[in-house]
Amino acid sequence: MPKFDISGHRTWWFLLSSIIIIAGIVCMVVRGFNFGIDFTGGTIIDLKFDQPVTIADVRTSLGKYGLDGSTIQLSGAQSDVTASEDVMIRTTDLEEDQRKEVMATLKDDVGNYTVLREEKVGATIGGELITNAVEALLISWVLIIAYVAYRFEWKFGVAAVLALVHDILVVLGVFALTQRQIDSSFIAALLTIVGYSINDTIVIFDRIRENLKLHFRRGGDVDVLVNTSIYQTLTRSLYTVFTVMFTTLALYFFGGETTKDFAFALLVGFGSGCYSSIFIASPLWVTFRSWAEKKHAANVAAK
Amino acid sequence: MRKDSLLKLIVCVVAIVGIFLAFVQPLANSIRQGLDLQGGTHVVLEAEDTDVAQVNDDAMNRVVTIMEKRVNALGLTEPIIQREGERRVIIELPGVKDPDAAIKTIGKTAMLEFKDEEGNTVLTGTDLKDAQAATNQQNGQNVVNLEFTDEGAKKFADLTSKNVGRTIAILLDGEVLTAPNVREPILGGKAEISGQKSLDEAQNLAVVLRSGALPVKVNIIETRTVGPSLGQDSKDKSEFAFAVGIGAVLLFMLLFYRMSGFIADVALMAYTVMLLALLWALDATLTLPGVAGIILSIGMAVDANVLIFEHFKEEYQIQGKTLRLSMDAGFKRAFTTIFDSNITTIIAAGVLFFLGTGTIRGFAITLGLGTLLSMFTAITLTQFMLKLMIASKIFTSPGAYGASGFMLWKKEDLKRNA
Repeated sequence: MPKFDISGHRTWWFLLSSIIIIAGIVCMVVRGFNFGIDFTGGTIIDLKFDQPVTIADVRTSLGKYGLDGSTIQLSGAQSDVTASEDVMIRTTDLEEDQRKEVMATLKDDVGNYTVLREEKVGATIGGELITNAVEALLISWVLIIAYVAYRFEWKFGVAAVLALVHDILVVLGVFALTQRQIDSSFIAALLTIVGYSINDTIVIFDRIRENLKLHFRRGGDVDVLVNTSIYQTLTRSLYTVFTVMFTTLALYFFGGETTKDFAFALLVGFGSGCYSSIFIASPLWVTFRSWAEKKHAANVAAK
Repeated sequence: MRKDSLLKLIVCVVAIVGIFLAFVQPLANSIRQGLDLQGGTHVVLEAEDTDVAQVNDDAMNRVVTIMEKRVNALGLTEPIIQREGERRVIIELPGVKDPDAAIKTIGKTAMLEFKDEEGNTVLTGTDLKDAQAATNQQNGQNVVNLEFTDEGAKKFADLTSKNVGRTIAILLDGEVLTAPNVREPILGGKAEISGQKSLDEAQNLAVVLRSGALPVKVNIIETRTVGPSLGQDSKDKSEFAFAVGIGAVLLFMLLFYRMSGFIADVALMAYTVMLLALLWALDATLTLPGVAGIILSIGMAVDANVLIFEHFKEEYQIQGKTLRLSMDAGFKRAFTTIFDSNITTIIAAGVLFFLGTGTIRGFAITLGLGTLLSMFTAITLTQFMLKLMIASKIFTSPGAYGASGFMLWKKEDLKRNA
């Protein structure tokens, strides 16, 4: 059965991923991220009015406090409607008393409502969240490299973590592009993606390790070995990404607004994780191995 | 032997499926729910150093004790008061009716002072023995009745004796609550703060006075309130997402792996029940990201079974082994892979647990526990039941166990390098 040579075409996969990642980084620089109040600090008030109201009504009322620059969104309905009962207001970090005044004025001006959600985050917490997240990611990477280096060899460890970095960058790029909101659950999503992607990569690496031991003689074709290993585990890779995607899609479509961005991050991450395990991690290992062999050959020649 | 195995298998399957159907929902409902699911208010306080008082361990512990008194006065079921890090306290108020008033009560420093006309502080909150809200029978005003300690009573008698005909001021956190004119010395060790707008307001004031003044200045740096209707909505939606997600996975396994898939499905039900029971036993709090973690872990839990069944297929088709031997080899060969891949996931969950806070931590617990548990159910439990099924001989064709599913490679592929 003629099979597509995945490992032999690795330059193309590296190129493709580089283009996607560079485009993502350009997006991050140009558009930045849409950080939620978890990161920026601020106040969110989510109200359900008894009668549908328009953005203009709400904005006029907020204008009395100089807050007409706030983000006001109608939710719970299609984007083309001009009036809705559900309104989300996002504004600067308001003090308790000030917030109460604003909300009382809204009741007088716009109409009666029930409070769905009300959040206030001081600006100090946001910075910590980012530091903690970066710290958590870096530590998990170091530990994963250490574990994989111990169980396999360091080349596998580094290749696995580079595939992880790839996935994280893809997800960040997509979030910069789509301007979906990044809040604290996004960090949980990133770490789940780390967990999934590494899991997926290790399964293929495990097969390479096994084939290396049982079915490989010195000087054999590493590309063939890697291709075989990938095809041997491909059904599993696909089935697993299917089952995980099923559950994540259920979360995305039926889980409600609050978990939508979280589920979206996971969908992108799982897709990227499945791709990178096959097209990036194993080919990277082949590259590292050939570098090491060249170096070894040079050392031998020098003697 | 045959009948015996069949009987055991039926008992296992019926018991697990029965427990799953009967207990999943009640179990899920009895796990403590986070504020994002049941509605309520989450407050984060941060202590600040001032010239007067520095933040230290002792001061923070006192802040927690005082907060406990204040929160208990709100009469909520299962509020949480927790110190976090060096200078923060997290307070969770599930189902609180008036979040604004609660936040106001919590955030008060509650430093009570009695001052004479020259502005000298004569008494403070530490001289108080008790404070109770009441409605004055004569004029219908809402008041807070104060009772002093013995020493406080002396100080108060002294203050009122020296200031007959003049005004004294009672201040809370630097704001004048009331400034009565002293008509005669008060010797009984009792006083009254009048001018409260409502009995509720008087009660809140009495609570903060009783609980005492905070030893340091605290700021409210974060508040989150989820209304009960949004909480219920999130709960309904995640329940539905859970049902759809698990349904899709069960169906998938059944379609691709036939009877092996069926056994894996039964093990997955056991997994779900055990995970929920464990969360309940650990008194974990189930938040929205936590539920998402559970739904996700269901997708990931069958991964081990997929690995085992793929190896089984391989042993059967490539090595040409019998059904029974292929199955044994499948479990054996998949084990290292499952072990290594799951350990790395657990490493990620562990880091998240030790570095994360709040909801992220809850998510890490579900992910980590889920991975550990799934190793047990997907390997041990599935193997046990599959062995029974093979021994019972109700299905003898390997195809019924998904052994003839399609594969993307052939035996020759292995020989090209050897």
